[in-house]
Amino acid sequence: MKGIAVSTTVNGDAVEFVCDARETLLDVLRNHLGLTGAKEGCGTGDCGACSVLLDGQLVCSCLVLGAEVEGREIETVEGMADGDRLHPLQKRFLEHAALQCGVCTPGFLVAAKALLERNSNPSESEIRYALAGNLCRCTGYDKIVHAVHAAAGDLRRQQKARKKRKAAG
Amino acid sequence: MANDSKFTNQKFKLVGTRVMRPDGVDKVTGRARYGADASAPGQLVGAILRSPHAHATIRKIDTQKAEKLKGVKAVITSADLPDFTGGEGELYNVLENCMARGRALYDGHAVAAVAAVDAETARRALKLIKVDYKVLPHVTDVDLAIKPGAPVVQPGVKTKDKKAAPTNVANVTTYGHGDVEAGFGKADVIIEKSYKTEQVHQGYIEPHACLASVGPDGHGELWVTTQGPFAYRNWCATLLGMEMSQLKVTSSEIGGGFGGKTHVWIEPIALALSRKANRPVKLVMSREEVFRASGPTSPTSIDVRLGATRDGRIVAADAAMRYGNGAFPGIWGEVGAMAAWACYDIENVRSVGYEVLLNRPKVAAYRAPSAPMAAFAVESTVTLMAEALGMDPVEFRLKNAAREGTRASYGPTYGPIGIVPTLEAVKKHPHMRARLGKNQGRGVACGFWFNFGGQTCADLIIDVDGTVGLSVGTVDVGGARASLSLIAAEELGIPYEEVRCNIADTASLGHNDMTDGSRGTFSSGMATIFAARDAIEQLRVRAAKAWGIDVKNVSWKDGKAIAKGKRKSLTLKEIAEASPNTGGPISGHSQVVADGAGVSFASHICDVEVDPETGGTKVVRYTVVQDAGKAVHPDYVEGQFQGGAAQGIGWALNEEYVYGKDGRLQNPGFLDYRIPVCSDLPFIDTQILEIPNPNHPYGIRGVGETSIVPPLAAIANAVSDAAGVRMTHVPMSPPRVLAAIKASRAEKAPTG
Ligand code: FES
Ligand code: FES
Repeated sequence: MKGIAVSTTVNGDAVEFVCDARETLLDVLRNHLGLTGAKEGCGTGDCGACSVLLDGQLVCSCLVLGAEVEGREIETVEGMADGDRLHPLQKRFLEHAALQCGVCTPGFLVAAKALLERNSNPSESEIRYALAGNLCRCTGYDKIVHAVHAAAGDLRRQQKARKKRKAAG
Repeated sequence: MANDSKFTNQKFKLVGTRVMRPDGVDKVTGRARYGADASAPGQLVGAILRSPHAHATIRKIDTQKAEKLKGVKAVITSADLPDFTGGEGELYNVLENCMARGRALYDGHAVAAVAAVDAETARRALKLIKVDYKVLPHVTDVDLAIKPGAPVVQPGVKTKDKKAAPTNVANVTTYGHGDVEAGFGKADVIIEKSYKTEQVHQGYIEPHACLASVGPDGHGELWVTTQGPFAYRNWCATLLGMEMSQLKVTSSEIGGGFGGKTHVWIEPIALALSRKANRPVKLVMSREEVFRASGPTSPTSIDVRLGATRDGRIVAADAAMRYGNGAFPGIWGEVGAMAAWACYDIENVRSVGYEVLLNRPKVAAYRAPSAPMAAFAVESTVTLMAEALGMDPVEFRLKNAAREGTRASYGPTYGPIGIVPTLEAVKKHPHMRARLGKNQGRGVACGFWFNFGGQTCADLIIDVDGTVGLSVGTVDVGGARASLSLIAAEELGIPYEEVRCNIADTASLGHNDMTDGSRGTFSSGMATIFAARDAIEQLRVRAAKAWGIDVKNVSWKDGKAIAKGKRKSLTLKEIAEASPNTGGPISGHSQVVADGAGVSFASHICDVEVDPETGGTKVVRYTVVQDAGKAVHPDYVEGQFQGGAAQGIGWALNEEYVYGKDGRLQNPGFLDYRIPVCSDLPFIDTQILEIPNPNHPYGIRGVGETSIVPPLAAIANAVSDAAGVRMTHVPMSPPRVLAAIKASRAEKAPTG
């Protein structure tokens, strides 16, 4: 095995690793960097359990090669909370019981975050289509859609408050 | 008192509230550890070589080259495993399924396995193993498998008579009562119909995964995603000749199971590899392996005959039910036969289940196993009968529904049950009065599931700070820790937050049956109540000691010991803090066989829209009404209702195992085996009914499985209403619906 040395940023931290040319970003995250939040549900881009943000773009990390991430920014579920403060999506997923087994949850959280970053007020069907790349076999998606909807409201309120504060001072 | 399971009819303070689950933060931050998330120092990676043939004799397996590859630490075949041929049937079946001996019985059947320093080396080693196959004729269709001259899957299997020729019908079982033929004699209308359902998979998002470690001293540990760590321990130890107490099995968080993780597949292989290499081995199935080589549910072919009088009374019912079992005999036809007529009060009733062997993977349980197919056939026919009699389908069902005191077709006499209340709720539900648009139709169907109790054990420890640790042995598949903590807190009279529920490993608690049969909250809830009552006994003794009075004069209320008379009370916390000086640690324990799991009924309403040009069907509105006995945590009860309905919708409309002429599975991936995604479904409305189970202190019934039973039929009835064609083959995928629409148009077209 000939290793490829890669420098990248994961959840804001500078990270270096050496990987085989065939290894995916998901392999690297899970097996080299100890970040097992992203899951392998299929390895073929069909389940979304491995979702991460790559330069802000939602990707299936099982379809990205580890060697491709040189110099890029990766965000995983492990980077979503701000210290001990959960992200509104994480909070709402808990409040709405939007997870049963929870194995799909990291992927849904990352995908929902990507949605809310580009659309702060999505309709039900926008939420449903934005999350159509993530499979959940437990919930029937009902409570997930409600949770994302509620979190969108939280984020809008947060943003408003921030603007107000800025304007005030 | 302690082990009295009678319904107490108490007023709850906590049970029934929507608290946050204690394992939630770990699961939204990526910290929760599932099957594939654990590693061990010095760990090897395992991989399995699988048969590309549906049926073949294995003449020789040459592993020499693989063994010589640098980095390969162990190669095993069936020669490295015990041989149970001719011995106890189920041991042979299970191990033979984990690793083929002499014959590969389905596409994906394991034939050899390796452990190597990394995944790449393991994959290369698999390619170096040479297997000499002689391909045999195969059969993958239930109806073809029972035809004379069909290829025989298991030459050792005879239906009944040991001297008979081998067949693919491994067993035939009959249920029912009355005189069915005489009953049909009294019928004014008789409807006969045949149905078919295709094989589907549980589709849990987390593939099977484990980390096994066995040393030359015979000690072993297994970290694994499972619904039953104790069952896995017992199977693995027995299959590998280990002592049960020497093998510790720890269940990881489980990423879905739905019955598919009640059975060992790769775990004995991982342990055998580890034993041979003397290193820990991590073995994870790929998604393709999950489809090809774990345990999907049965494909079926069912004939139903139903007779009723003009006034709408069912007088006779009969069903012949052929269930594919895969390559090994099971009980799936029998379970289907038991469930088939359970919703109704019928004087003359019969169901016959056939266990049919096929060159397909060994069938495993899938949520209310065998019942959805039975309900598809029965509930479609019931609606057809209502139509033939000119009756409303809900009224017709109400008129024939089982009630308290009805003798079920499978034997027992029902206690208080929920079928009539769910139908009454359906009748009143606004969904039933909602306007239907163009090309839309509505269907209703009922479903039944037995529910299960079984062996259960729980420990409850009172820590010196007055908080409580609860250890249970049933895996938490989706909110059980929250429900069981609620129950412990309720019984003790302390806040929910002061209880921490832990899922014990097999070395830390007595035997627990698997989390299956919707038993988790029912049976561990019962064991938790008993363990709490046991701890309360201790707490009362300590309080009595502190006060120097007889324990008889101390009662327990709202988290406090109270003495008769005017003395002040002692809180749980105060007693706990004093415990080191009053007799040491305080704990409660219980071990029960949780009998009396109340049967469960549901009625579903479904609206669909069928596109007459493409045959595509979309579910536009869906309502689940189900009896929960008592909903301990309503969020997770609703979640079970919604999840089961969604799985049923996928089964009804899309999902199916497609086998080619060569007997190979053609769609072993989520791209071609398409489960419902978020944009396929509407919100799923739920209504929880609570008809207390008299055999549980809190009235709890299992809730996990019943929700998958009605959807196939509810959707078939809705499609038939929308498109004017009766669908008798599931999944009702666009090509099938379109063909049916075309056929019916052709039939209706004026001839000549
Ligand atoms: S594991 Fe990447 S999409 Fe399924
Ligand atoms: S919660 Fe289990 S797959 Fe989504």
